Amino acid sequence: MGSLIDAFTPKGKMKSTYVVVIAAIAFAIILLLWSAFTLTGAVDQFFLPPPTDVIKTAISLFTQGDFIKDIGITVFRVMAGFIIAAAVALPLGLMIGTYAPMSAFLEYVVSFVRYLPASAFIPLFILWIGIDEPEKIAVIILGSFPQLILMIATNVRNVPMSMIEVSYTLGTSKADVLWKVILPKALPDIMDTFRTVLGWAWTYVIVAELVGASSGIGFMIIQSQRMMNTANIFVGILSIGFIGMIIDVLFKLCHKKFFFWNN
Amino acid sequence: MQIRDIENTNLGLEVENVTKIYNIKKGNVLALDNVSLHVHPNEFLSLLGTSGCGKSTLLRIICGLEKTTEGRIVNQGKVITGPGADRGMVFQAYNLFPWMTISENIQFGLKQKKASSKEAREIAEHYTNLVGLNGFETQYPNSLSGGMRQRVAIARALANDPSVLLLDEPFGALDMQTRGVMQELLLNIWQKSPKTIIMVTHDVDEAIFLADRVAIMSARPGKIKEILDVKKGLPRPRNYHVKTSQEFIKYKERATDIIREESMKLLNSV
Ligand SMILES: Nc1ncnc2c1ncn2[C@@H]1O[C@H](COP(=O)(O)OP(=O)(O)OP(=O)(O)O)[C@@H](O)[C@H]1O
Ligand SMILES: [Mg+2]
Repeated sequence: MGSLIDAFTPKGKMKSTYVVVIAAIAFAIILLLWSAFTLTGAVDQFFLPPPTDVIKTAISLFTQGDFIKDIGITVFRVMAGFIIAAAVALPLGLMIGTYAPMSAFLEYVVSFVRYLPASAFIPLFILWIGIDEPEKIAVIILGSFPQLILMIATNVRNVPMSMIEVSYTLGTSKADVLWKVILPKALPDIMDTFRTVLGWAWTYVIVAELVGASSGIGFMIIQSQRMMNTANIFVGILSIGFIGMIIDVLFKLCHKKFFFWNN
Repeated sequence: MQIRDIENTNLGLEVENVTKIYNIKKGNVLALDNVSLHVHPNEFLSLLGTSGCGKSTLLRIICGLEKTTEGRIVNQGKVITGPGADRGMVFQAYNLFPWMTISENIQFGLKQKKASSKEAREIAEHYTNLVGLNGFETQYPNSLSGGMRQRVAIARALANDPSVLLLDEPFGALDMQTRGVMQELLLNIWQKSPKTIIMVTHDVDEAIFLADRVAIMSARPGKIKEILDVKKGLPRPRNYHVKTSQEFIKYKERATDIIREESMKLLNSV
C-alpha cells in the first residue's frame, strides 16, 4: 500500500499489477453506474439497454450471424487505409521535417488538405470510385494521411540539432544522416504518432460505413438503428472500444520492447 | 587557394584571420574579430575567456559546423569547408546516440569509414578500456551516469582517430570529484597517445593543468588576448600535484587577472 501512495508523486511509477487493478476498477465503476441507471428503471431500456441485455445480445451476435465478419472487414479497411497512408507519409514526413525546400513545397498544401473534412468527401468518393472497398479505404487515407505527414514532420524536427552535428563530426554524410540519426532518433515519437492517428482512422471507417456500405461494424450499427435495436448498437460501439484498447496495449508493448532506450 | 609545399603539410592547425558575424533580427553580432591562432601538431591547447566571448563559436568554426564571415581554417594543409571525421568534437551535452549500446556508440565513426566489424570491435574495445568502461559495452546510454556518458563521448571521438580533438566544456556538467578524475583520464590518454586537442573551459585550473599553452580570449568581440606557454613552467608528465606548485599558481594568477579584467570591461560597457 505504501508504494501505492508513493506512486502519487508527480510522474511516479507503479507496479503493473496495481495498474491492472486500478484500470479494472474504472471499468467496474462504469458498469456499476450503467447497471444502476438501467436495472432500476430510471432510464427507459429502449434508449439505454441494461448491461445484461447488451451481454446477451453480444453473445448471440458473436455466435450467430455476420458480426465477426463485420468486425473483420472493418479491421481490414482501417488497416489497409492506415498502412497505405503511413507507408507514404513516413518518407514524406521525414523529408519535410529535414529539408526546408520540401517543407515549403508540401507543408502548406498538406496543412490545407488536413482541414478538408474527410467525411464530406464520402459522396464524392462514392461518385468517383463507387461503394466498394477502395472507397472506404480512400476515406481513411484522406483522413489520416495529412495528419500523419504533419505530425511525423514535427517528430523529425524534434531531433536535436546537436545530435546531427555530432554525427557529422564522426564522418556521417549529409545524405546518410537521415537514415543513421534522424530516423532512429525520431522513431519512438513516430510510433506514438501512428498510435494516435490510427485511433482517428477508426472514426473515419465507421463514418464511411454508415454511408453506402453493405458490411462492417458501421453498417451493422446503421442497420440496427433502422430496426430500433439499441442493444445491437451498443455491442457495435463497445466492440470498437475494445479493439481500440487492444491496439493501444499492443503499441505500448511494442514501445517497451523496441524503445526501452528512450527515456 | 594557395598551394602548400610538402614540408608544410604537417603544420598542425591554423586559424587565419577569422572573423565571425552573426546576423540576428536586432542587427549583427560580431562574435570573433580577426582571430589568428596556430596550434602545433599534438599540442594540447586550452581556450579560456569570459562567457559569450566566442569560444564555442571558434570551436564550431574549426569543426566546420559554422562558416567564417572572413578568414579560414587550415588543418594539416587542408582548408576546412565543413565538418569531417578528421576533427572530432565532444560537447558539454554528451549527445550519445541513445538507441545504440555503448560499444555501438564508440564504433559509430568507424562504421562510417566502412571499417570491418572485426576491426571496429577491436578498436572500440581498446577505447572502452582506455576510458575505463569495460563491462558496460552492451548497456544503453540512459543507464549511465553523466561522467560515464562523457567518457563514452570521448571514446567515441577518439576511436575515429581524428587529427584534432575539439572539446567544448566537456566536464562542465560534472561534479568536482568526477571532473578531477576526468581531467586525469584525459591527461593520461593524451600522454599515452598525443594528438592535437583544443579544449574550451571555464575552469582556470583545468585549463592550466592539462594544456601545453593556454589561450585567453578578450571579451566580445573575441580576440586572442594572451597565450600562456605553461609547458615551460610545468614539464610533463604531470600529475595532480602540479596544481599546488609555485609555477602553477603563478600561471593561475596571470590567467585570472586577464579574465577578471575582461569581465570588468564587459560590466562597464553595459
Ligand atoms: N547562432 C547564433 N546566432 C546569433 N548569435 C550567436 C549565435 N551563437 C553565438 N552567438 C553570439 O556570439 C557570441 C559568442 O557566443 P559563444 O557561444 O561563442 O560564446 P562562448 O564564449 O562559448 O560563451 P560561453 O562561455 O557562455 O559558452 C555571443 O554574444 C552569442 O550571443
Ligand atoms: Mg560556449
